[in-house]
Amino acid sequence: MSTPASRSEVEDFLYQEASLLDEWRLPEWLALFTEDAHYLVPATDLPADASPDENLFYIADDRHRLEQRVARLMKKSGHSEQPRSKTRHMVNNVRVAACGADALSVTSAFAVYRTKDGVTDLYVGKALHELVPSAGGLRIRKKLCALDLDGLRPQGRISIIL
Amino acid sequence: MAGRVPDDGSDFVKIDRSRGRFKVSRRAFVDESILSAERAAIFDKCWLYLGHDSELAAPGAFLTRAVGGRNLIFNRDSAGTVRSFVNSCPHRGMRLCRDRAGKAKHFQCFYHGWIFGNDGKLIDQPGGESDYAPGFNADCTADLVPVPRLEQYRQFWFVCFDRNAVPLADYLGGARDYLDLTADQSEAGMAIIGGTQEYGIRANWKLLVENSYDGYHAMTTHASYLDYLRNTVGSLSRTPIDGVARDLGNGHAVVEYTAPWGRPVASWIPMWGEEGRREIDAIRQRLASRHGEARAERIALKSRNIGIFPNLVINDVMAVTVRTFYPAATDYLEVNAWAIGPSEESEWARKFRLFNFLEFLGPGGFATPDDVEALENCQRGYRNHAEAPWNDISKGMLKNEPRVTDELQIRAFWTQWNQRVAAHRHGEGAPS
Repeated sequence: MSTPASRSEVEDFLYQEASLLDEWRLPEWLALFTEDAHYLVPATDLPADASPDENLFYIADDRHRLEQRVARLMKKSGHSEQPRSKTRHMVNNVRVAACGADALSVTSAFAVYRTKDGVTDLYVGKALHELVPSAGGLRIRKKLCALDLDGLRPQGRISIIL
Repeated sequence: MAGRVPDDGSDFVKIDRSRGRFKVSRRAFVDESILSAERAAIFDKCWLYLGHDSELAAPGAFLTRAVGGRNLIFNRDSAGTVRSFVNSCPHRGMRLCRDRAGKAKHFQCFYHGWIFGNDGKLIDQPGGESDYAPGFNADCTADLVPVPRLEQYRQFWFVCFDRNAVPLADYLGGARDYLDLTADQSEAGMAIIGGTQEYGIRANWKLLVENSYDGYHAMTTHASYLDYLRNTVGSLSRTPIDGVARDLGNGHAVVEYTAPWGRPVASWIPMWGEEGRREIDAIRQRLASRHGEARAERIALKSRNIGIFPNLVINDVMAVTVRTFYPAATDYLEVNAWAIGPSEESEWARKFRLFNFLEFLGPGGFATPDDVEALENCQRGYRNHAEAPWNDISKGMLKNEPRVTDELQIRAFWTQWNQRVAAHRHGEGAPS
């Protein structure tokens, strides 16, 4: 891809990502990530530029751990998501900026609803996707979900993928 | 009758030592009157964890924190003295400080403008000279109200709302040795690492007490975490989970055991490579030079889940977490959890400490969410308490030396809980 992706192309990509998550097609979702990818969810009392190497996050996965996260969620022994919850990932306020030579820095607002055992929880925040072009289309090199919450009360866990 | 400790025949805990049976009533997790009794007999009486000395690094540093149902200010005044005040303006009671953390010489209540020094003294109030009687604050009742008791052990600060409580060191008793094993990991002092995991669980608070040092549930509840260890090249050493449970008195208890995970202080795993091996070896050697070989080996190779009654957990496992929690309702608890490590730790060790922490611990880890699921479903199960009234906590009861996978530590908690709650309930309404 020689020309930067348009916002509508990026939006289509983010909607596709959301759809894979909501349909629990997690191995396909994982295939959207590069081999050097990171998936990050900081604690909610950290400054925006905090590093997971120096600060406590909720999630700081490298590619290997992200694969293991998906493997865990696809198993019966991933108890926290058994029976599976229903989720709906809402994505909007999408903005696209260049990031280095070929990458895109995409920010969006997200709201994820998770329903299990008659209880619906809401996860809301700002997502940063670093996207890079590949032969098969855009790929995610980094996904960071900064929650606009004071902790996880009452959500208690991020056992789904945001 | 007040203060009398009942024998084993109370309503909520049934102990049959000869037959090795220990039962806890499920009503203890659902009954509103029990929560009221717990507030009075436990949270108003016991020493409660407030925070770590490292969180107040400089004079003027402050935090606000909810402890035992109160809102507190925890700060270091300009002279360097650590203090804690109830976070209520003496004038009309408004929550004075609304920031989570910061640095301040003064606290000002925005409602009517009263200003207090960071030592709690009233400095000024609008109309102070013209509209109030001379000597208005001569009795200091317009100063911030300090917590009744504030003491620390090895940088861990505790408060107590009972003015007549025993000193903290006496209260901690046998648990001090285990706080030492945590504190001794550092030459320069342990420090809380930035970032707080704050979460809620729709379950009774005592379920998290039990779970935090329950060695029995790992193989089934955490099967997928153990799979992760197996699938992660080099992270699984051949060490089995094996060790003991100890009752430390006063309701405190610990499990201490070997485990297959790596430990930043200081147990190397192949995943950390040769550079990591040199780091870990150096940390281990410094430990041995400070504490001797035997103690260094114990600190480095043994994992410890420490429960300090009623609600402080220090789990010194693949990383070290400090965790405290309170009931907001019989079926809802709120957790604050931190990572702690040696303040002198290298960038490399800190990075691996945090990476290790997140593989297991916290709301996004590979294990804690399954604990949350288990605890919430225990709470759901207790809706049937009228028909199915008893939990069983008997495992290993007749052993001379109960193991990490037994339930001695949980019995230690419940025995203390029962003494305090039963004494309170028996004392209620009795003439004083």
